[in-house]
Amino acid sequence: MTAAPIDTRDDIGTALRLRLTGFVHSLRDSGFKVGLAETNDALALLCSPLSKRSHSLKSAFRALFCGRLSDWKKFDELFDAYWSGKGVKTGIKVSGTSSKKSMKTIRELMDAQGTRQDTIAGDVERQPGEEDEETGDKPSGRREGASIAETLGSVDFRHLHDPEAVAKAHELAERLARSMRVRLTRRDRQKRKGPRLDLRRTIRHSISHGGTPIELIRKGPRERQLRLVVLLDASGSMNNYTAVFTRFVHGILDNFREAEAFLFHTRLVHVSSALSERDAARALDRMGLMAQGIGGGTKIGEALADFNRWHAARVIHSRTCVMILSDGYDTGAPDALADEMARLRRRCKRIVWLNPLIGWEGYEPTAGGMQAALPHVDLFAPAHNLDSLAALEPYLARL
Amino acid sequence: MSKTKEQLAKALVETGYVADEGLATALLLTEMLNRPLLLEGEAGVGKTEVAKALAKLEGADLIRLQCYEGLDRSDAIYEWNYQRQLLAIKAREGSDDDAETVEEAVFSEKYLLERPLLAAIRQITPPVLLIDEVDRADEEFEAFLLEILSDYQVSIPELGTVEATSIPRVILTSNGTRELSDALRRRCLYHYVDYPSADREARILLSRVPGLDTALALQIAELMGKLRKEDLTKVPGVAETIDWAAALVGLGAKNLPESRELVYDTLVCVLKTREDQARVTQEVTDRLLGKVA
Repeated sequence: MTAAPIDTRDDIGTALRLRLTGFVHSLRDSGFKVGLAETNDALALLCSPLSKRSHSLKSAFRALFCGRLSDWKKFDELFDAYWSGKGVKTGIKVSGTSSKKSMKTIRELMDAQGTRQDTIAGDVERQPGEEDEETGDKPSGRREGASIAETLGSVDFRHLHDPEAVAKAHELAERLARSMRVRLTRRDRQKRKGPRLDLRRTIRHSISHGGTPIELIRKGPRERQLRLVVLLDASGSMNNYTAVFTRFVHGILDNFREAEAFLFHTRLVHVSSALSERDAARALDRMGLMAQGIGGGTKIGEALADFNRWHAARVIHSRTCVMILSDGYDTGAPDALADEMARLRRRCKRIVWLNPLIGWEGYEPTAGGMQAALPHVDLFAPAHNLDSLAALEPYLARL
Repeated sequence: MSKTKEQLAKALVETGYVADEGLATALLLTEMLNRPLLLEGEAGVGKTEVAKALAKLEGADLIRLQCYEGLDRSDAIYEWNYQRQLLAIKAREGSDDDAETVEEAVFSEKYLLERPLLAAIRQITPPVLLIDEVDRADEEFEAFLLEILSDYQVSIPELGTVEATSIPRVILTSNGTRELSDALRRRCLYHYVDYPSADREARILLSRVPGLDTALALQIAELMGKLRKEDLTKVPGVAETIDWAAALVGLGAKNLPESRELVYDTLVCVLKTREDQARVTQEVTDRLLGKVA
C-alpha cells in the first residue's frame, strides 16, 4: 500500500509557510537537530489530512522533529507556545544566561583561579607552608617556547596564578587527553587475532601460493574499546582544581569515542551532552548552566548512589574504567560511601581515584570518606599537576 | 490505500498490539514520508513487538537484524560464499576457461550470501525490517545504515549497485546504552515508548492473556503501575506483566486483594534480581495491594 501522493504544496499559502519556518527556527533555537528535509516533510504533513486537527498534527510533528528523549519531553510545550501562543517561548532557550547570579559558574571559577581568590575554598583547605612553596614553585611563565610545557608539567595547579600559565595548563590538559586516545586505539587495532578464519584475507594471501590457501588468516572478536566514565568533584574544596580538570575532562570526552562525564557536589549532574560541544569555552558555559551551585559542600556517597541507581546500568559495561576526580572530603556518612563504592566496583573493570591532595607533602588519606572508599579503588593516584595526569596513560593503555 | 490513524490503531489491536495514539501517528508517517521509525524506551516496553505487529498487520515478512557489538558489513549486508568460490575455482582448474570467465562466474549472484539488510531491499513485496537494539552496534555500522536507509541501495564492488526492488518499512529500536548519532536520529522519525498507563496495560493483558477477566486485568495493571514506582533495580516491563497475569490466571486468582499469598508467591514472574526480591517484602506487597483495592 502506498500513501496518497502529496503534491499539493503550492496550495499552501505563503503565510503558513512562514509560520512553519518560524516554528522550525524556534525548534533549532531550542537545540533540536532539524534539517531542510524535515521542513519539507513537515510541509507535506500540513497538506495531509493529519493537519485537520491540531492534536494529530502535533503528534505527527513530534514524531518528525524529535530525535531524542529530551526533545520529546519539551516538544509539547514548544508546539503549544508557538502555534497557540500559550506559555513563554524564551523560557526554553538553551543558550541563555544563568538566572541565579549568586551561583558560581565554572567560568567564574576559571577566571577566579587566575587572580587567586580563595572564597568558598576555605572550608577544608589546608596548605602547609604554602608561602615558601609558592616562591620556589612559581612557574617561570614568561619563559617562551617548548620549555613552557616542561616547566608547567610539575607545577601544582593551585600554584598557577599567571593567567597565561593557567591558559597554557588548560590547553595542555586538553591536549594530553587527546593524545591518550590516539595511543589507546592504535594498540587496540593491532590485537586482532583469534579463533575464526578470515576467508577474505586468506584468499587474498593465497595468491602468492598459486591459489592454495596455505597461510591462514584469522580473526577474533574485536576488543571492546575502553570506556571512560569520569566523575568530577566540583565542590568548594576542589576549587583550585575544578577548572583545569574540567578542561581535561572536556578533552577526554572530545577524544575518547566512548566516554561519559558526570559532575557532582551535593548532587550528581550528567554533563556529557554539554561537554560534547567542540569549543571549550562554550562547553564550559553550558556545563555551568547545568551544574548550578558548584563550589559548595560534597556528598560523594549520595552522588555515587545516584549514579549507581540511575546511570550505571546505561553507561557501564564490562570494559569500563570509572575515574573519580575528588579530594575525598565528604560531608555524608563514610559507610554509605563504602557501600556505594562496593556496588560500583562489582560493575566496572577498574576504579581510578585521582586525588589532587596526594601531591601535597605529608598528605595521608585520613579523611573518613577517603578511608572508606580506598579498599574499593584499583588505582589511587595524584592529580595535582600535568605530569601526574600524563602518568595515567600507560595505566589506561594496559586495560 | 491510505488509512487514518484510528483505523491503523484498530487494526493493530486486532493483531494483539495496543498502541497509543502517538505511535499510531508515527507508524502512519513512516509510510507517508518513507522514513524509518526510531523507537526508544526502557527494556520491556514492547518496542520489538511494534515491528511484529506491523508485519502481521500488513501481511508482510518480518526481517530482523539483531545488532551487537562488532556487527559488520559481512554479517548485516552481504558476504561472498568463499567456500563455494574456492571449490568452483578448483573445479575449473583443469578446464580451458580463461581467468575472466572464471572470475565472472565466481562473482555472480550464485555465490552471494544475502544478509538481512540486502535481503530486505530485494523482496518483491515490501517487508518490515526490524533493526533491533541499534545502540549495541558500533558507530561505523551506524554509518552503513545511514547510507542504506537514505538511498535504499547497496553497492557491492564486484557486482555493482543493487537497487531496492521495494522499499521496506524500517523500524529501529534502541535502549539508549549508547548515544546514537544526530545524523541517524535526524533521518528517522522518533517515538518514545513509555510504560503503558494502567488502562492501556489492562487492555494489552486482555488481548494477550486468554481467560482473564476485565476486573482482574485492571487490578494487575494498577498494581504493576505502583510496583514500577518502587525503588527497583530492574523495573519490570510489559512482558513480565503478561507472564504474571498468565500465572495468576493459571493458579486461579480471582481478585488480587483476596489472594495476598498468591500474589506474593508469584512475584517471581516480575522481580528479576535478588535485591528487588528482598526489597518487595510481604509488607510492601500488602501496602501496594491496599492501594489497589
